Amino acid sequence: MVVLPGGFSYGDYLRTGAIARFSPIMAEVQRFAEAGGPVLGICNGFQILLEAGMLPGAMLRNRTVQFHCEHVLIKVEQTDTPFTVACRPGQVLRIPIAHGEGNYYAEPDVIARLEKNRQVIFRYTNEQGIPTDASNPNGAAANIAGLCNEQRNVVGLMPHPERACELALGSSDGLVLFESVIDYVKNGVGGHLSRTLAAR
Amino acid sequence: MTITGEILERHGLTTGEYQRIVDALHREPTLTELGIFSVMWSEHCSYKSSRVHLKTLPTTGPRVLQGPGENAGAVDIGDGLAAVFKIESHNHPSFIEPYQGAATGVGGIIRDIFTMGARPIALLNSLRFGPLDDPLVRRTFSGVVGGIAGYGNSIGIPTVGGEVAFDESYTGNPLVNVFCLGIAAHEEIIKGVASGVGNPVYYVGAKTGRDGIHGATMASAEFDERSAEKRPAVQVGDPFMEKLLLEACLEVMKSDALIGIQDMGAAGLTCSTSEMGSRGGAGVEIDVSLVPQRETGMTPYEIMLSESQERMLMVVKRGREAEVERIFEKWDLHAVRVGEVTTDGKLRVRNHGDVVAEIPNRSLTDDAPVYRRPMAEPAYIKEAQQLSLAALGKPPAATEVFTRLLASPTIASKRWVYRQYDHMVRTNTLVLPGMGAGVVRVKGTTRALAMSVDCNGRFVYLDPYAGAQLAVAEAARNVACAGGLPIGATNCLNFGNPEKPEIMWQFAKAVEGMGAACRALDIPITGGNVSLYNETDGRAVLPTPVNRSTSLAAAST
Repeated sequence: MVVLPGGFSYGDYLRTGAIARFSPIMAEVQRFAEAGGPVLGICNGFQILLEAGMLPGAMLRNRTVQFHCEHVLIKVEQTDTPFTVACRPGQVLRIPIAHGEGNYYAEPDVIARLEKNRQVIFRYTNEQGIPTDASNPNGAAANIAGLCNEQRNVVGLMPHPERACELALGSSDGLVLFESVIDYVKNGVGGHLSRTLAAR
Repeated sequence: MTITGEILERHGLTTGEYQRIVDALHREPTLTELGIFSVMWSEHCSYKSSRVHLKTLPTTGPRVLQGPGENAGAVDIGDGLAAVFKIESHNHPSFIEPYQGAATGVGGIIRDIFTMGARPIALLNSLRFGPLDDPLVRRTFSGVVGGIAGYGNSIGIPTVGGEVAFDESYTGNPLVNVFCLGIAAHEEIIKGVASGVGNPVYYVGAKTGRDGIHGATMASAEFDERSAEKRPAVQVGDPFMEKLLLEACLEVMKSDALIGIQDMGAAGLTCSTSEMGSRGGAGVEIDVSLVPQRETGMTPYEIMLSESQERMLMVVKRGREAEVERIFEKWDLHAVRVGEVTTDGKLRVRNHGDVVAEIPNRSLTDDAPVYRRPMAEPAYIKEAQQLSLAALGKPPAATEVFTRLLASPTIASKRWVYRQYDHMVRTNTLVLPGMGAGVVRVKGTTRALAMSVDCNGRFVYLDPYAGAQLAVAEAARNVACAGGLPIGATNCLNFGNPEKPEIMWQFAKAVEGMGAACRALDIPITGGNVSLYNETDGRAVLPTPVNRSTSLAAAST
């Protein structure tokens, strides 16, 4: 598994993730992903995946034009990825965000394709799992908090699951993403992805 | 060139101080030397008006590992670890350019902490602005908060708490005080000393530009009128550069090849060279032509006085140069040898070999002027302390008063502010902002640290002695309510013009009160910062001695 973590790579000068995508290691990450390896991009890691073209769409500044650091609710929309296989379908997680550019944007036809292919993995919602405007912290299109590629092995999300792995820090809801990877390595997701990896 | 009265005035030096300079040098100073004296003898660097009062504060205790005089103070927190912490003001730059002024304030205090060999783990801030119905104040307020967020979030150090208050006296004079705390093993604490004759002096970090040069408006033979126009009044921060510096410096410190290190904050190269030399009882000689420069045609005066950000000065053990250079290369930084340590106790500045300044270090530091300025109780005090409850009349309905209080920006929720700060990065923040104190655990131990910055400027205005006591008590209470035992404090004393006896009286009384409260609660003050001349159009801010208390708490497991 490869995780691209959060953290203002290269100061995020120019545009978030715009310089990091040219890091020499990114060619390796791309090869790993193309071979079906599970790749997770968190926050700045997600932005880098977008800049690298490994996931569709782009980030705009938050609609408040401010950095936001706070706990939000996200619903797990799909469980057939390496990072959500241990989640309950529709499970609502309380996980913090910490970003200035998390306002996901893609052309309407791209959004439609993402929805049709079930590539939207996490959505900002209320406690009932309903995506409302009030539950959208940054103005993201279709309340998208995270998505995957067509092969479903590359997942990016703006919230920080690694900051929600201990109750002492306010929430342990993020743990399930990492438990998913362990589960996935042991049992796969039952879809074409596990077969692809099994074949390697 | 001849030093005229006009030149002295532009350098903020009195004729008496000029005479002291001539006495110290046994000759007339060059313009470069005059510039060096002027920044080192400025209120900001020399504490010339405040020093006699600060000396009365309690600064020792069984836990104190480093008291005032270094880049930051340090107290023992057990497990062989130390909490290294300090607070500093960046008031004036934040008024001129709110975003960059506040951002570089954060950058500066972070450097003070990692300079000591500590890894910074938490930031706090204490902010004061005018009333928010003024559009200029709103611009300052949002800019300052944005700047603090921009720098702290990017470098990846959580801003875990702070305080914000609004009062008319701060309209033309916002207060931006930033605090940083880091953790180091006792034996890892590094000091800003230069010693060992012949040891090389290294410069590392961002290149030197014309930003932040004192006396920027000076139109003299050495200044080009047009270059002055282009010169930004406030420095610009580069948090990514500082992140590289932080990691590289901490790695170099682990190598044992380092003698001493100091950041170039206020007064830049001048302050770092003379202070390191003075602390080590040595001299430092540098050649400014070797200093990496961002602009062409910079004079020795400009290079010595530049306040460009993200720069460090180091003294390295002779023979270990290549090792140190390799570590910086790894972080894409270039450590450049600019001089060496000498025996003569002087700061000697060369330009392509020619001596352009030669000053005894001590005359710039320990022997800088100290003033016992006249004090007088302000006339308003007696009047302000006369309160007749009967004269206030019948109070309005309690519910109305309550909602009005809740709606006042000073009391209302500060979520708009702290939501912009990444307060969770590094996953140590146990108590999130919005509570009394910020609480951060120390990974690898069962300990946590609670921190709080507090002051009520109105109390201090009404009674500087009691008001300052209350500031200490409030910080200590916030720490105690988080389950901590207050073990150390730092202060940032924001006052008006010390040349006015009334302001000096406020200052002295407040320091007295702070000292009394710290003694009563057994909390040593391990350092801090004084910001005077917080006045616009002759009107001073409310006297605001922000007190910060750090604590130790056993974590519940």
